[in-house]
Amino acid sequence: MNEMLSTLLPVLVVGPLFLGAFSAALRRSQKIRHAISLITLLAMLAAAILLVVTTADGTVLAHQVGLWEAGVAIPLVVDTLSALMLAFVAVLALASVLFAMATHEARARFYHPFVLILMAGVAGAAMTGDIFNLFVFIEVMLLPSYGLMAMMGAKLGADSARIFVTVNLMASTLLLAGVGLVYATAGTVNLAELQGAAAEDPAIAIAGAVVLTAISIKAAVVPVHGWLTRTYSMTSPAVTALFSGIHTKIAVYAIYRIYAMLFDGDQRFLWVGLTIAAVTMVVGALGAVGENSTRSILVFHMISHIGYIMIGVGLFTTLGLTAAIFYLLHHMIVKASLFLSTGALEETYGTARLDRLGGMLRREPLVAVIFMVAALSLVGMPPFSGFVAKFSLIGATFEAEQWIIGGVAVLVSLISMVAMLKIWTSVFMGPEPEGLERRALTYQQAIHGKRYLRVEAQAEQPTLQIGPPTTGTAAVLSGERHARVTPKLIVPAALLAVVTLGLGLGAEVLMQLAEQAAQGLMGPSDYVKAVIG
Amino acid sequence: MSIALMVGILTAASVYLFMQRGMVRIVLGFVLISHAANLLLFSAGNVAFRGAPFSHVDDPAQRADPLPQAFVLTAIVIAFAISMFMVTLAITTTTDDDTEAAPTAPAKLAAAAHLKRTGHHPTVATAAVGPGDEPDGPPSDAELLGTQAGTEEDVDADVATTAEEGRRPEETPQEDVQDEGVRAEDAAKDPDGTWAARGRAADEGEDR
Repeated sequence: MNEMLSTLLPVLVVGPLFLGAFSAALRRSQKIRHAISLITLLAMLAAAILLVVTTADGTVLAHQVGLWEAGVAIPLVVDTLSALMLAFVAVLALASVLFAMATHEARARFYHPFVLILMAGVAGAAMTGDIFNLFVFIEVMLLPSYGLMAMMGAKLGADSARIFVTVNLMASTLLLAGVGLVYATAGTVNLAELQGAAAEDPAIAIAGAVVLTAISIKAAVVPVHGWLTRTYSMTSPAVTALFSGIHTKIAVYAIYRIYAMLFDGDQRFLWVGLTIAAVTMVVGALGAVGENSTRSILVFHMISHIGYIMIGVGLFTTLGLTAAIFYLLHHMIVKASLFLSTGALEETYGTARLDRLGGMLRREPLVAVIFMVAALSLVGMPPFSGFVAKFSLIGATFEAEQWIIGGVAVLVSLISMVAMLKIWTSVFMGPEPEGLERRALTYQQAIHGKRYLRVEAQAEQPTLQIGPPTTGTAAVLSGERHARVTPKLIVPAALLAVVTLGLGLGAEVLMQLAEQAAQGLMGPSDYVKAVIG
Repeated sequence: MSIALMVGILTAASVYLFMQRGMVRIVLGFVLISHAANLLLFSAGNVAFRGAPFSHVDDPAQRADPLPQAFVLTAIVIAFAISMFMVTLAITTTTDDDTEAAPTAPAKLAAAAHLKRTGHHPTVATAAVGPGDEPDGPPSDAELLGTQAGTEEDVDADVATTAEEGRRPEETPQEDVQDEGVRAEDAAKDPDGTWAARGRAADEGEDR
């Protein structure tokens, strides 16, 4: 059984890649593209759950691609941590694609293909057992992301897409150089063969540090976080939600994996991780308080929470890693839920600015409830998953006697709360601002209406429609009824909110899996044995 | 030694180019830095005293290590694809190739000044190079600012002209004048505005 499963691991990469290419080749069959995308993502979710169940007892599945000898072949390895990552990314991608279908973004010919290729890259990056292929799969993830970013760039001006591409390229090149240095010093890039190498040889440790620095840029830890806030709030909510759960989180996963394998959790460098974690938490949270639109607050918040997740690798105790892995998974879900629930407002009312939204509690009670659930979970209130995550993480810092980090984490929680309250009071409470209806109408017309808008910069560009208006939009356009968030826009955020509630109430299950994953990082002997025998 | 020097020089040059704001220069910087990374990877295999990786030489110590060469090949392919994409990004969507959205960005000012002077929008090609940018050497930022914008007052006047131009009241019905006024105001006052605000300001997007 396990033998067969591990032989099928490459399908997780090749499958979405092939189907993505195939659906790109379909010219006019929108429905088929939707179907291919959803079915592929569901299949990936099913496969990931199967892998979680298989690896729950600590089994490590490994496959040498092309059945070359171990050490020469490209290894694909799945342990509990990779399986969990795959499962949560699949859930997130499903929600995001459903949202994009509701906003009609997904009608664009290349939307689904890009998402599927992105998922192929994610699957590869989560499973790969060597750092050169990590670089390759991160590139596979990035290329469709550039495309998604540029598709939105057609609306917003290309500058955010340009920044996104430039920074990620710089980081990728640094990663490549780091991989070269690791190969030069250690003579291999296979993680299993590299196990503990950096802890023994300072030269390898420096090479490893270059790799980790490059990945940190992708994870957007302070002080290399600036690109994130300037790009993620400049694309569509669906794409922001997708990216938030994928790019930075895969990078954090890679940091965990590499520090555990290459450095063997070396105690000497832990202070670096802890310092970065603390600074990231504080800067992200303070930045969030200062922002004035829902999405930019949430994006800054994301940085703060990457700081929390980094605590785990800074402590490198079983409890710390368990809590941080739980936090990582919980955060992927909750953050996407927040992006999608505020995104539903944004897609309906045409703005994310706090001063242009208000009174949504009366107008959109369902969105308000969903936002509240996810926000409380993010801040760390019971009974949601955030409480378990934050409580165990802070408990782990105290257990490791890192009082300062624990204190900072508690304090930053309060600041996070302020940022969430800021969104709550100005968007959901308070009076409706003047012109809300008119702006919503203008936006709906711009997105769905048949009217071509003329702005001087785009005067010479041929403009194309995203799609005909839906019946709901048509009613709004003709003035028959007020702008309302359509149910289709609410469903994805609601799904994720239910997941966070479920994870909060049934935290025991995920906690055990996270502990298994943490033990895999603490003692990677099974991993090594599975790869090189 | 020569490889180390080359890597150093290429990296320095590319970092300088990355620091520029125009996309075309960033693309050139990226081309250079990918060369630097490739050379570094190549040298990881200890190139100096080896023969071909797959040859008739039986002694493995005499053969070059094939793995870094495979790495370099992969990296070249990726770098080439991304360079193409970046060049495309540099010329699409907007009239300039700047990485800055603010209306006071040099390239935006250049476009506004060009519009004021000639009465029509600069084409992509002139905006990418910038007016006054002679082919024999790139001008300094100060020069660019000087030739394009003049004084602070000019800047305001240019931006106002652009906003005014955007309205074109004689061509649009009354209701739209109001809407587009709001949009032009959004675009002018709120350069970091939300995606939605800017989505309204822009056209309906390109159907890919």
